[in-house]
This record gives sequence, C-alpha cells and structure tokens, in this order.
Amino acid sequence: MNDLELTDMVKRVLFDVAPDLEGETVDPDIPFREQFEFDSMDFLNFIIGLHQASGIQIPEADYPQLAGLDDCVAYLKARNV
Amino acid sequence: MTATRTLTYREAIREALREAMQRDERVFLMGEDVGRYGGAYACSKGLIEEFGEARIRDTPLSESGFTGAGIGAALGGMRPIVEIMTVNFSLLALDQIVNTAATLRHMSGGQFSVPVVIRMATGAGRQLAAQHSHSLECWFAHVPGLRVVAPATVADARGMLWTALQDPDPVIMFEHATLYNDEGEVASEGEVACDLDKAAIRRAGKDVSLITYSGSLKKTLDAAQRLSAEGVDCEVIDLRSLRPLDDATIMSSVNKTTRAVIVDEGWRSGSLAGEISARIQEQAFYSLDAPVERVCSVEVPIPYPSHLEMAATPHAEGIMAAVRKTLRK
Amino acid sequence: MPSLGADMDEGTLVEWLKQPGDRIHKGDILAVVETQKGAIEIEVFSDGVLRDCLANPGDRVPVGEVIAMLDSGKASAAPTGNAALAPVADARASLEPLVPGRKVTPAARRLARESGMDISRIVPDGTGVVGLQQVRTHAETTAPPAGPTGRTDLKEMRKAIAAAMARSKREIPHYYVSSDIDVTALMDWLAKENAARSVADRLLYAVPLFGILARTLLETPELNGHYEAGEFSPSQSVHAGIAIAMRGGGLIAPAIRNVAGKSLDELRLSLTDLVGRVRSGRLRSSELSGASVTFSNLGENTADTLMPIIYPPQVAIIGCGQIATRPWVKDGEVQIRQIMSITVAGDHRVSDGRSAARFLSRLEKHLATPEVS
Repeated sequence: MNDLELTDMVKRVLFDVAPDLEGETVDPDIPFREQFEFDSMDFLNFIIGLHQASGIQIPEADYPQLAGLDDCVAYLKARNV
Repeated sequence: MTATRTLTYREAIREALREAMQRDERVFLMGEDVGRYGGAYACSKGLIEEFGEARIRDTPLSESGFTGAGIGAALGGMRPIVEIMTVNFSLLALDQIVNTAATLRHMSGGQFSVPVVIRMATGAGRQLAAQHSHSLECWFAHVPGLRVVAPATVADARGMLWTALQDPDPVIMFEHATLYNDEGEVASEGEVACDLDKAAIRRAGKDVSLITYSGSLKKTLDAAQRLSAEGVDCEVIDLRSLRPLDDATIMSSVNKTTRAVIVDEGWRSGSLAGEISARIQEQAFYSLDAPVERVCSVEVPIPYPSHLEMAATPHAEGIMAAVRKTLRK
Repeated sequence: MPSLGADMDEGTLVEWLKQPGDRIHKGDILAVVETQKGAIEIEVFSDGVLRDCLANPGDRVPVGEVIAMLDSGKASAAPTGNAALAPVADARASLEPLVPGRKVTPAARRLARESGMDISRIVPDGTGVVGLQQVRTHAETTAPPAGPTGRTDLKEMRKAIAAAMARSKREIPHYYVSSDIDVTALMDWLAKENAARSVADRLLYAVPLFGILARTLLETPELNGHYEAGEFSPSQSVHAGIAIAMRGGGLIAPAIRNVAGKSLDELRLSLTDLVGRVRSGRLRSSELSGASVTFSNLGENTADTLMPIIYPPQVAIIGCGQIATRPWVKDGEVQIRQIMSITVAGDHRVSDGRSAARFLSRLEKHLATPEVS
C-alpha cells in the first residue's frame, strides 16, 4: 500500500474506535492521546483495529511507535503493509 | 451389580460364535481361513474341532462367490454367518450384498427375506497400507435394506451377534481390526445378547458431545479424559448402530451440550460424519452454539509408515483441537 | 427526546418526517416535537437506516427517553435501487438486525430472543462470535431492557451525578487512607500474559487490577455495600461502579456486576462493553444504580493520587493513581520499581481508617502475587 492508502486505513480505524471524531481533522504530528483525549482503552481498541485491518502482529513493546498518524503510517510501511 | 468376567474382544467374538452355534443348529460360519486356520484374526480358533467341517466352512478365495452362497443359504432357511476377512475385500462382494441381500425382500414383495449376518474386520492402524486399511462402513450405512452395526466394546462384541442372527434381514457387523486384543467386561451369567438399536453414552458430560463409533471410541475417550484436565467436560457417544442411526440419543445430547464433534475414521467427504452433521443441523440447529466439527481421516490413501498412518487417521490431539474449536478457545 | 432547553422536562411528538426503513443522512430532520417554546424539529447526527419509531404522534415523551432506533451499519453493502432484490431486503428487515460481519450462533440468538435482549448490543468474543457465553455475560452486566423507557441521555445523567456529588460531600463524613503499592509483579505478569494472547484479547492493567480490588474487598465487607436510612447493608458480591470519563467532559460510574466472580476475559469484555456504551451514549439508567462500591482509576500519564468522593448510598470509593517508575527499597536495597498510589475513601459512619488500612495491606499482598489473585 502507498502512503495515502495507509493514511486512509489508519484514519478509518481511528474513526471506528471514536466515531465522534469522524469529520475532524487529524493532525499527523500530534500523538492521538493528546489530540483526542485517548485513554489506554481507546488506544488498545485502536491497536486491535489496526491489527485486524493490516493483518500484522503488534507487540506491546511497539506501542510507543504508534503514537500518532505519521508514526503509524511509518510503522506499517516498514512492515510492508 | 451382576458379576462380570474379563475377556478379550477376540474371545468375546469366539464365544458369541460358539453360543450361536449351540443355540441354533441352522447357524454356521463360512469364510476364508475360518476353519483349519482358525480365522484370519483367530476369532474361530478351535471351532472346527468342536462343530465340524459342515458348520465351520473354509471357502475359496472368492468374496463374490461365497457371499452369494451365504445369501443363498439364508434364503434357503439357514442362518449363515459370512465372514469377509476385511471390508477391503467386501468390495468384490458388493453386488451380492447391495443388489441381492439388501433388495430381495423389496423385489420379492416381501416373499423372501435374507437373514444373513456378514462380519468384517475394518479400519486402519496395523500398517496394512492403502488397499487394506479402509473404513467403508458409510458405504453400507447408505443402503436401505441393510442393517449395520459396529461393536466397539467387548460387551457389544459378545452380545450383538445373537441379536443380529434373530433379524430376518441382512446385518453387517464391523469389527475394527485394532480392537481384537482389547480386554473388557462381560456379564458372567444371564443373557448377554444386547440390542442393536441404541447408541450408548460411554461418558456423560455437559460441554460438548463427542460422537463416534468402533475403533475411534478409544481415542475419543482418551481425548475426553485429557480435556477434562483443561476443564472441558465431554460427553462421549458410541453410535453402535450405523444404520439406522439413533437420532434421539444424539439430539438429546447435543441439545444439552450445544456443541458436537463427530469422530469418524472414514474420509471426510461423503462420510457418515457428514450424514450425522446434517441430521444435527436438521434436528438441533437452534441448540447449536458452534458449527458441528468433524474429525476424519485425511483425504489420502492410508499410508504404510506408522507415523504417517497415525497422522492420517483420527487421533486424540486432533479430537481435542476440534473440541477447542467448538469452544472458540 | 433531546433536551431542547434547560428547563425542558418533556416534549410532545407531533409527527414523524421519516418512516422505518428510510435511509437517514446526518442533518436530516426526523420528527417535529412540541415544547413550551413552540414546535421544534429534531435533527439526526449520523447516517443510517431508521429501524423503529418508538413513540406515536400525540405522545408526551420525557427528555432522555428513546424515540427512535437507527441502524448505522458501517461498510453496509445494502443494494440500493435494485427492484429485483427489494423483497429479500424487506424480509431481512423484519428479522433481528443483521450487523455485517457479525456471527451469532443459533443458540445465542435464541437465548437473546427469549430474554428480550437486543443481539446487536452484545459484545462478541475474541473470535468475533456472539455465542451463549456472550449472551449470558451481557445479561449479567446489564439490566433487562425496560423497552423505550429507562434510558436517559448523558447530559441528564451528569446533572444527576453532580447533584449526588454535592450531597455526598455534605452528608458523608469521608476519611481517607492511602498507600503507595509496588505493582511491578502485576505489570510483569501482565506483560507475559499479553505476549501469549492475540492482539484482540490483550488486557489493560485495569482488568486484573479491578479483579484483585474486588476480591480483596470481599475480605473487608464494611467497605462494600449501601448506607441508607441510618443502616448499613453489606453486599454479598462486589458490584463495582467503574468511573469512566466521557469525551467532552464529565465522569460517570456505571456498574459491572459481580466483579470478584468474573474471569479475566469476562471482566475484559464487560469493561470494553461498558466503556464503548458510555462513549456512544447507550447506557441504561438502571446501570447507574446497584453498584456496591466504585473504582476510580486515573490511568496513565495523569497524576499520582486522588481523593475521590463516595457515590451515595455506597460507603467507599477506591482511587488508583498512575503507575510511576520510582526508586524503591526492596530486599534491603534501592531498586527501580513500578509504584501506584491507591487511596481508599470511606464513610466514617460505617467504617474507619483501620478497615481501609487492613484492606490496603491485604491488597498489597494480593497485588504481589497476581497469578493466584
């Protein structure tokens, strides 16, 4: 997938987890926790959604690499999604 | 509590044959090597000395021929027990069994019946390779006009034969080749003949119904035992009768447990397990909390090497995995 | 029925502008409602298909009561404009709602129907299937639906909670006891446990923490129950109100029933379900009563301690601060450990500091052995 497709995928997972955010702009640099008051349950649901959408395993140790939109796209790209 | 004694499966068959011959002079045994050799699986050892050549008859190497002759004897008023060495060789007698034994009552408008009992060894597990390891019980269970039973325990091996001989229509009795050395309990006194109709609950449980027959019963009970250590309580049903199937016992169990796993040594496609699965779906659909699982032989000719033969046929690990699947664990 | 004014208690439904089966878009007007301030149009805020209209023209409906059900299926592949397929679509609409991609076993569907439960609200298990176990768990964690009544909108709930908090501080003599507890063993155990689980089954630390809190509470009954009309009634089980933040502000604490008796996975699913429904405003007002105690977990990257306020008629509330990495003395030397500050607020009419201290001391022991707690 190219960057645009990956960004779209991550956003879809994000809006799945927090439907009330749909339509809002997502700043790609700022971590989700700060932008959207994500707590650990939101984040876990996001990780589960990302795992289901991309098919890759995401170990807990990798969570810090998935803090924001750009981070997620880079992570997925590095794993050939 | 009736007193019991311990017998091997083989001894139970032999005793059943002796008892039948003693109780009814019309009964006789015929088949390859049943007389002087004492039977390919030693089930008739010593019988020719006791009952003579006329009643323990060695036949030529021609399944079609001697099965036909047995059917003829039955038509003529005898009560023959035809021993086809294994189900693998019964393929040569299929025309006799399906087109004569199974259909004469129908085709004669009820004027003729064929009270023949055909015994066959069946199944894999003794490294006899592709042509000699079939489990084709489902082919016979498919045919109206035949009654098909599969004694999996010593008590059933002892008790089913006499009842089968009372049936005015053909009965096919399948003895799994790996069971002959097994030991089990038989009543010491009283009538040991048992019914041919009902499935037996060999292990009561509440989480999943394991449905099986013949040589797979032991593996299924083993799997159930091991699963109980994981907190899974399995109910194990021994079908005993393959045609007709005891729907009532099966559905009663599945309605209770909501999950079913069928263990059948035949190949999955067109298997008896498929038939039972369809019936469960028809009669107990709304009770199901998971799709019905089938544990069957891998769809390859049965291999010769021991490790491959074991991997290709149902085993406890495979049964346990199927159970876990129904539990979504 | 939305609150269309600060003092609005109820509205009268005048007419429906959409019918069940109609496709609805964000911004559509659904119905017209008569209030003291005149006729007002009710707008919808999501896309979907209108499934049920639950009020009739002329009905006086209290604020907060559900008046319509909308199916907002995601990625719905419903064929539109194909006349040949229309009869099939109609037949499907008369069955229970089919959520695309969701598997429900026949046994589960039957039990849910017999119990009057809405299958679409039941959380599936880790494999995506709604089975008997999920239906039973759902029955335990939610009160049976009372139909359209019994559900309140969040704004009204928050007003009620604000009033309760004020009353609590006025009437309940709070005492506070806290302890800094080494939760390294719990976090190590959790990392190992999660490594063995599939992504979808992972546990947040709150799950085992709440389980251990509940089981420890059973040993200190004076912290678990209700105080009403001058009398304390201890509760046999621990029905824990879980303080959950609502996005946009406000805190709400619906209950998970029998926390001490639930397995880790049952607790995980209950918690996920509850948080999900708080966020989407689908709580039942019955879930806001019935708690015998409340757990307030601040979570990560927040603060070290809190002094929570007891929700009457409960007699205690347990506040958990963030887990901080700190130098700690263990086995006679200074080590880096993960520390959580836990505060028990108790009702001094029912218990005193010693009860709380006993609880915290036992809790410390249980948290040190998470695999058996």
